[in-house]
Amino acid sequence: MVGKAFEVIDHTADVGIIAYGADIKQLFSNAALALFSLITELESIVKKLQHNLEINSKDKDSLLVEWLNELIYLFDAEHVLFNRFDIESLSDNRLKAICYGEKVDPLRHKIKIGVKAATYHMLKVDEDSQGYKARVIFDI
Amino acid sequence: MPRWQGQLIKIDDYHWQIPQSYKSGMRVPGIIYASEKILESIREEQTPEQVANVAFLSGIVKASLAMPDIHWGYGFPIGGVAAMDIENGVISPGGVGYDINCGVRLLRTNLTEAEVRPKINQLINELFVNIPSGLGSEGKIRISQKEMEQLMLKGASWAVEHGFGSKEDLEVTEEKGCMEGADPSKISDKAIKRGMPQAGTLGSGNHFLEVQVVKEIFDPEIASVMGINEVGQILVLIHTGSRGFGHQVCTDHLRVMEEAVSKYGIRLPDRQLACAPIKSPEGKDYLAAMACAANYAWNNRQCITHWARESFSKVFSKSPQELGMRQIYDVAHNIAKMEEHIVDGRRMKVCVHRKGATRAFPAGHKDIPQCYKRIGQPVLIPGDMGRCSFIAVGTERAMEESFGSTCHGAGRVLSRGAAKRSLKGKDVVRELQEKGITVKAGSIPSLAEEASQAYKDVTEVIEAVHQAGISKKVAMAVPLGVIKG
Repeated sequence: MVGKAFEVIDHTADVGIIAYGADIKQLFSNAALALFSLITELESIVKKLQHNLEINSKDKDSLLVEWLNELIYLFDAEHVLFNRFDIESLSDNRLKAICYGEKVDPLRHKIKIGVKAATYHMLKVDEDSQGYKARVIFDI
Repeated sequence: MPRWQGQLIKIDDYHWQIPQSYKSGMRVPGIIYASEKILESIREEQTPEQVANVAFLSGIVKASLAMPDIHWGYGFPIGGVAAMDIENGVISPGGVGYDINCGVRLLRTNLTEAEVRPKINQLINELFVNIPSGLGSEGKIRISQKEMEQLMLKGASWAVEHGFGSKEDLEVTEEKGCMEGADPSKISDKAIKRGMPQAGTLGSGNHFLEVQVVKEIFDPEIASVMGINEVGQILVLIHTGSRGFGHQVCTDHLRVMEEAVSKYGIRLPDRQLACAPIKSPEGKDYLAAMACAANYAWNNRQCITHWARESFSKVFSKSPQELGMRQIYDVAHNIAKMEEHIVDGRRMKVCVHRKGATRAFPAGHKDIPQCYKRIGQPVLIPGDMGRCSFIAVGTERAMEESFGSTCHGAGRVLSRGAAKRSLKGKDVVRELQEKGITVKAGSIPSLAEEASQAYKDVTEVIEAVHQAGISKKVAMAVPLGVIKG
């Protein structure tokens, strides 16, 4: 895809992202990258471990929110940071992915903010001739 | 974001109505408590639209209420109050918020500014070391899963049983620090995994512990009942909630509510308002899980209270008793509670959602501690770290008008991004130092997000609720030192 993968947007009490993708898989992958870019510098993450994820949900919008919430959970409970997401399969209500990253190392990773949850607030997944675009607001 | 252009009817200088006719589907009108000046800033965002959206929810009675510190939240505005008839109403996790039982606790001391100022750096350092804070901070208390269950059931009394604080603290905590109906079987493994290591931590974001000095006493008689006797007296304010645990509980149950919305055929103007009937299995499960998270937060503030006392004790070489470090009160400002209120002349049981709003019960109410029966429930309103905080009490008028509720704080006006772009953490520290305020933070850059400029002036907020009559201001305190995550 030409152009940016994601951008960070402002929200009064919290923070949001707009992710882009030539296809839906790239959109989900870029949304996850955007999430971890809020937490730390993506370049500081070394791909030392991999984590397989499978998410089921009722529709595409929920799937995006739950995918991001699963990653937030892994960060908050298991202190794992990721910077590569291979989406193996993606349908309207099911996602399978392999995520690559490592455990937080306080000496190398500067944690910028503690993202606590992806919300449905102002959630928007759009498709046009350019590809896909999604907006997600996070609670921090 | 565009300015909100909707219709507002002035009732008096501090009451504004969004008529029920504003939007088809509203079951009740919206009421915003604000001065004309505050209203201008409220209109800058679409917050009043959210007040109107809440009025769509099934079983809502009287009005969808908004306090002067409202700002844009998820679904519900932050600073919103909504009461639902428990017979046919809904419960919405969005009406409580992610940080379940985020709240404030205030301690008094016998110390004065003259005694504390010379030692403030040492004291703040001691507090910073003794109280786990910051992003992903893990606690000093290591608990097993079994103990975590006990903690969820017992709340602050779990901490007291383990030597953190005293039974007297529980007497002056909303719900005595333990909400009934908590059921750990309604909590996911994920929530437990996030919650266990974070028990007894302050966290990050807008959470803090502040050493304050009383600057003004508006009502000396009421203040003295709380143990606030003179200008210059030192107080300690603790603001934190249920950490990653509460967020996971909210996330888990929002997912359930998403399904419930289709199951019960609920029509919503905003997906984040997802809800279920109070009496449905989904509604009951959320309430049981919410109580677990509320208890977790009370335990949190109880542990931090203990470590704050320890730190003062070390620095001033006196016991907490000698220092008079008694708890004044502890309030929840993100919670849903079953309460009795009079609606249209009829006494009824309602589920009051307070999201960024504080309970403010009047003198004589059965649910307030004996020691405050005569004066009303203490209300604790923190401001931003560069300005001031207020202590108030609940009133009869709050009971009549706002389901015994009032504001909770200053309310943001600048987004975190905008605050960061216009201010630097280092400059914020310097500015605070110039005002005589010592700050110790886990992350200096993120301090900019919490600078005074990012918030409404809490003085205007408290003035609005005082003038509207839904609480009565008692005292004002300014920070001397702050620890933040």
